[in-house]
Amino acid sequence: MQLRLALAQIATALGDVSANLEKHIQLIKAARSEKADLILFPELSLTGYVLQDIVPTVASAADEDNREFRVLLRESRDLDIVVGFVDEDSRHRFYIASAYLSGGKILHVHRKVYLPTYGLFDEGRFFAPGDSVRSFATRFGSAGILICEDFWHASPPYLLWLDGADLMLFASASPGRGLNERDRLESAWWVESVNQSYANLFTSFVAHSNRVGFEDGLNFWGGSTVFDPGGQRLAHGPYFQEGLTFADLDLNQTRRTRARLPLLRDERPGLVQKELERILSK
Amino acid sequence: MKRVKVDLTIHPDVARTILTGFIRSEISRAGFERGVVGLSGGLDSAVALALAVDALGAANVLAVRMPHRDSSPDSLEHAQLLIDQFGVKSTTIDISPIVDACQLHDAKMSRGRRASIMARTRMILLYDQSRVFRGLVLGTSNKSEMLLGYTTLWGDMAAAIHPLGDLYKTQVRQLARALQVPAAIVDKAPSADFWAGQTDEGQLGFTYERVDQLLFLLVDRRFLPSECVAVGFEKSFVDKVTELIRSNQFKRMMPPIAKLSNRTIGYDFLYLRDWGT
Repeated sequence: MQLRLALAQIATALGDVSANLEKHIQLIKAARSEKADLILFPELSLTGYVLQDIVPTVASAADEDNREFRVLLRESRDLDIVVGFVDEDSRHRFYIASAYLSGGKILHVHRKVYLPTYGLFDEGRFFAPGDSVRSFATRFGSAGILICEDFWHASPPYLLWLDGADLMLFASASPGRGLNERDRLESAWWVESVNQSYANLFTSFVAHSNRVGFEDGLNFWGGSTVFDPGGQRLAHGPYFQEGLTFADLDLNQTRRTRARLPLLRDERPGLVQKELERILSK
Repeated sequence: MKRVKVDLTIHPDVARTILTGFIRSEISRAGFERGVVGLSGGLDSAVALALAVDALGAANVLAVRMPHRDSSPDSLEHAQLLIDQFGVKSTTIDISPIVDACQLHDAKMSRGRRASIMARTRMILLYDQSRVFRGLVLGTSNKSEMLLGYTTLWGDMAAAIHPLGDLYKTQVRQLARALQVPAAIVDKAPSADFWAGQTDEGQLGFTYERVDQLLFLLVDRRFLPSECVAVGFEKSFVDKVTELIRSNQFKRMMPPIAKLSNRTIGYDFLYLRDWGT
């Protein structure tokens, strides 16, 4: 089975949902004309990243009552879409979230589990953390979504792997930092390295869409990637520029890789559980 | 503890890409297309000018030379080299009569006070030129100066954006070479040029080469002062620099607002400048 994936690395307008939605529509059209099956937008792609006190004014539930979702659900009839937004629950807690839309329906919403609140980050001040990591069925098999800091921790990708995800969809708004003598920022180097490592460790496809542009002094570096289950890089978006990068995923590669390297077969979640219980009961 | 290697080498193309993108983004989102740079003839403003030209195009950049009669004659010439090389518009305003007028009420004004008046006079003229040219003022302060407080509050620190504020002086120099800033400017001794023969390093009492290494350990790599001593920096030098960093924090902040209400600017009224754009 083939999957043509489009990585939409956009610069967002901070707090201007209409302008961002307009850009989503343009890129969805461009992806459709290139026969893409799935388009992956970055973290908070409808709202921008350093929202602070803007949060309550751009939050929305992922449903038809919302203009953005009405429009995007209509667009998702022939092209699956992963979009980033601020999710508000019925008790008015706000989450950083990404939704998977397909065939006019919302198949899954992931709420960011790890909210970085250190250094230049202040997410925990403005958002509630999600409390689940789940795979979900798509027409391309089982997939999972994680958002930025979620995959700086090893456990969420591991949980998705055990829960059945063979296609990991990562969305980021990663601020560039760590300028040194190398031709890539330290943050870019780190994220690309772990993405490749997850592809290798979990013998799975790992796709990452990272935004570009600026918010005050923060730059976002782009460099979206797709790695196959053998850790081979299938696509790489440009650094610091908007772009729509396509990758053709031969989903049968997962079978071939796992026939050679049965890490999933040999993984012992029961052992992990036993040891975790011991560790947590200390 | 072993001596640590302190490497301040930067990849100039990465820095250039980010900084030109930053200048373009922040100026256009504020509703402008143009930038104004106070061009002293020194290294920092040369780099700010080159980046502005890269980001906005030469036609959208105004270089403002603001000599004082005590300024080194080299300064004007070096600034002219850059104006010619980058093909930007320029204007030259002699600040001597303005500074003189500020001294009329006090004939015994110290050199330091006069220096502050010179820096703030330049700020007034730059902001005025920014209105005339309809462009934003690009700051030229670097990370070394900002951390050490070797700046004038509301003088050279006044700007719409600070493209060089996260580069140490020695890194600005690397970027200058990549941007083809003439060697005469890259290699000369850094100077605020407030009086004849003044140099930054003479006034500070140490070289940028040396202090940048220490600042990098203290700030970027979060070394404790005692750890800096353990890797070979003199204790008196470490103490002096840590105290300069601490005591100049006020220069790096907006003045604090006294909190009274439930929602106060700066504490719990929080928006970026780019809000809505």
